[in-house]
Amino acid sequence: MELTIFNEKDNSTIHIQFNGQIVAELLQFLRINPEAVLVARNSEILLEDEQLHDKDNIELLSVVSGG
Amino acid sequence: MQCHKCDQKGVFALQHGALCKSHFVHYFEEKVFKTMNKFQLIKRNDRICVAASGGKDSLTVLYLAKKYLEKNNLPAEVFALVIDEGIANYRSKTIADLELFCQEQRITLHKVSNKEEFGYTLDEAYPKVNKGTNKKPCNICGVWRRYLINKYARKLGATKVITGHNLDDEAQAIIMNMFKANTKIAAHLGPISGIQEEGSFVQRVKPLYFCTEKETRLYSILKQFQVQFIECPYASEGYRSQIREMLNEFEAKYKGTKQGIIQSFLSMLPLLKEQARKEEEGVSVCTTCGEAAQQEKCNACLIQEVLRAA
Repeated sequence: MELTIFNEKDNSTIHIQFNGQIVAELLQFLRINPEAVLVARNSEILLEDEQLHDKDNIELLSVVSGG
Repeated sequence: MQCHKCDQKGVFALQHGALCKSHFVHYFEEKVFKTMNKFQLIKRNDRICVAASGGKDSLTVLYLAKKYLEKNNLPAEVFALVIDEGIANYRSKTIADLELFCQEQRITLHKVSNKEEFGYTLDEAYPKVNKGTNKKPCNICGVWRRYLINKYARKLGATKVITGHNLDDEAQAIIMNMFKANTKIAAHLGPISGIQEEGSFVQRVKPLYFCTEKETRLYSILKQFQVQFIECPYASEGYRSQIREMLNEFEAKYKGTKQGIIQSFLSMLPLLKEQARKEEEGVSVCTTCGEAAQQEKCNACLIQEVLRAA
């Protein structure tokens, strides 16, 4: 599937081809520690076991404060 | 995953099941209020200064301190105090969020800046101090922040300072002190900072002590607090960021690691405090500025001496 990923930490957007199914697999694929982010789709928070779909717009919201 | 308390969609996974938006908000607020009750963080006639920055932790703790007072019908007063460290493209943005929040919540906000107090912004002071002492920006920032928060909280009549330190902050501090064998400094941690009540030190308390950073961010999102994510340009230079990464790696592999650190530490804390009370001669007064100090001169004045010599 094709996903658009916005990463709040560095204010960047990337488009990826992803062969997995769920949020936990996506974080593993991106090498992002699940403790460090909240994952959202259309401003709705997703749990790690949630199913992703083709053309999803995913936001990675940083959990760590700026300082 | 569905909420384990109702049929709504889950937004946060706990070890025993998920919580939906409204049950998560309730869970989070109850956890904060229980901490405040258990450790008696606020007393009836306190005048409370919330040390705020405009980030998720300080807006959350500011909002919940006010809610706690209203819920318990306490006459204690609450106001916010922000320190402008003088870090370009960083603090002015979070202060703008804080100003808006305080206006909406009808909370008085006081502002103090490093530039006005010490004659230097952190950006100006760091290269000079680093050259003479090898101090990192976070060391200078921490000394100045603690100094100004205590000085102005006291000046403004506060009997307590509330900080937004969360469980992650505390677990990191515990490990940092352990790795550097700073047991005396570790004795000052805990939900109530310090080892004893001292005249010139305003007691600092931490209502978010048992809330993780992830829970706090989620709460701030669900409550729709306006918080911008802006990373401090000096953040990656700190020892803390490496400890944070290490603990997050452990937590991802072994759930409950951070909670375990906190619980183990709390069981040792009374002994650490008792030992520190015996060893420390108490808080004295800085011979230069008259503020509280652990030695002849306070750390803020020692930094000023380096700057004058630069």
